[in-house]
Amino acid sequence: MSTSRSQLTIRTTQAPPPRTESRGAAPQPRRRPASPLWAAWAFLAPVTLYLGLFYAYPLYRNLDLSLRDYTVRSFVQGDAPFTGLANYRKILDDPTFAPALLHTAVFTAVCLVFQYAIGLALAVFFHQNFRLSATLRALFLVPWLLPLIVSASTWSWMLNSESGVVNTLLGALGVGPVNWLTSPSWSLTSVIIANIWIGVPFNLVVLHSGLQSIPAGLYEAAALDGAGAWQRFWRITFPLLRPVSAITLLLGLVYTLKVFDIIWIMTKGGPADSSTTFATWSYRLGFGNLLPAFGPGAAVGNLLVVAALVFGLIYVRVQRKQALS
Amino acid sequence: MTRPLKTALGLLFTGIMLFPVYWMVNVSFTRDQDMRKSPPDLFPVHGTLAGYRTVLDEQLPYLGTSLVIGLGTVVLTVALAAPAGYALAKLRPRGGGVLGFLLLAAQMIPGIIMAMGFYAIYLQLGLLQSVPGLIVADSTLAVPFAVLIFTAFMSGIPGELLQAAQVDGARALRTFWSVVLPMSRNAVVTVSLFAFLWSWSDFVFAGTLVNGGAHEPITLGIYHYIGNNNQEWNAIMATAVVASLPAAVILVLAQRYVAAGVTAGAVKD
Repeated sequence: MSTSRSQLTIRTTQAPPPRTESRGAAPQPRRRPASPLWAAWAFLAPVTLYLGLFYAYPLYRNLDLSLRDYTVRSFVQGDAPFTGLANYRKILDDPTFAPALLHTAVFTAVCLVFQYAIGLALAVFFHQNFRLSATLRALFLVPWLLPLIVSASTWSWMLNSESGVVNTLLGALGVGPVNWLTSPSWSLTSVIIANIWIGVPFNLVVLHSGLQSIPAGLYEAAALDGAGAWQRFWRITFPLLRPVSAITLLLGLVYTLKVFDIIWIMTKGGPADSSTTFATWSYRLGFGNLLPAFGPGAAVGNLLVVAALVFGLIYVRVQRKQALS
Repeated sequence: MTRPLKTALGLLFTGIMLFPVYWMVNVSFTRDQDMRKSPPDLFPVHGTLAGYRTVLDEQLPYLGTSLVIGLGTVVLTVALAAPAGYALAKLRPRGGGVLGFLLLAAQMIPGIIMAMGFYAIYLQLGLLQSVPGLIVADSTLAVPFAVLIFTAFMSGIPGELLQAAQVDGARALRTFWSVVLPMSRNAVVTVSLFAFLWSWSDFVFAGTLVNGGAHEPITLGIYHYIGNNNQEWNAIMATAVVASLPAAVILVLAQRYVAAGVTAGAVKD
């Protein structure tokens, strides 16, 4: 999802590790004897079973797919020969690999930088006290709440070469029509613009709530010392917001890496792979052709899983460290 | 800067941000013959309801399917996550922390990977093109988030309220049902809203698991419109407007829950 942007896009906005009580490691004195273990696990049994059946098993099947040579027939019958890492070798040698890696990196980095910068600027702006501030801030959530297919199809039409409103506006400024979605030099930019639009609300909301925990007294003292607005931002706001910024950026990273819907709906990764990322490449291999290549598709996907989990673990570490401090 | 000036600036920023949404609505009212007009009409001066008529004619079954799938996902998600949240927050069994960590990691898995795994499994079980199958898949978008929300919320319920009743395991069930769950109404609302919205918006699972089936959700309804190289953009955008209604309703009726859900993920209280 740009799901789901999760999805947040960060469709995905996502949740914290249980922050206080559920961490068993801390040696807290308990006021009452714990309930019998079996009772607690009876409550957890459905979700544990669910995790096994609907996360672990699909992941395992995906891993299995990537290690076998599947055809459509053997996919149904499940007797494909084991070929080890052959699918991984195949995708590494594929001419799509290098561009997909580059596009994934560029897409993720550019989206993150702009989403964060715009989100932070807006958070600081809306942190001020003025009429309608809260209402307008709530309206900013709209792009984040819309189904990705809605956002993507709206942007597709806005960026249409002949009849799109974006080219009309550019034309009024004297800039020639841009083939946003049909030119290989612009397609990646187009999907990046749409994804930034979707991701700004998440950054705005999270950073805004971070701003609220900065004591107002600090600003008053700085103002007394004659610090201007610019100095107050760089000396107080930005440093004190660092923990929240780190969390926002890391979550954004995990969720931007896996953005699929937006790109697939707007360009299908094209034209000529010019906006292909690992996510769309994996999907195209598995489902986009008449002859599905499930093995290589799963292999590409698993690379993405590894990347997401690495950054996910960093996120968990950072967040736990903050929760403890 | 004076305060009225700030309000004006705030309105300007919001206007720019929401322009695509306005444009979607504008195009949904535009006549076919004006669609390719250059420059396009900035307001629907020759407004037509033709697009919405097409939605009524063609998209109602998709909307119905989406509604069923959304509600099914909500029920499944709450039923799975609320007891788990209670156990993690209040019963705190050994190993609960590991489970919490696994739930967090589960959220990091890209949707297309899950979709491919589900596809392989459903193909063998004959569950492709089935609504219950899609409900189960869509619930994976919400369950980890839901457990973490319930855990955080139920941790805040004072232990004294639960202590008295809790002498043995059987009582735990009654405590959960008649004390904890009613007190967690806000968490139930938050979780239900997000579960509904995410399954309503799902495109990846729908596209892989029920594509071409008898019951397809509205996201596929829109996708087929675009994919058929349909040039009736008023109908496409009208469908998009209708598909956005749950988001609008949620924003109007439950804005504080939404903001709570967004920030729950990232920030310390």
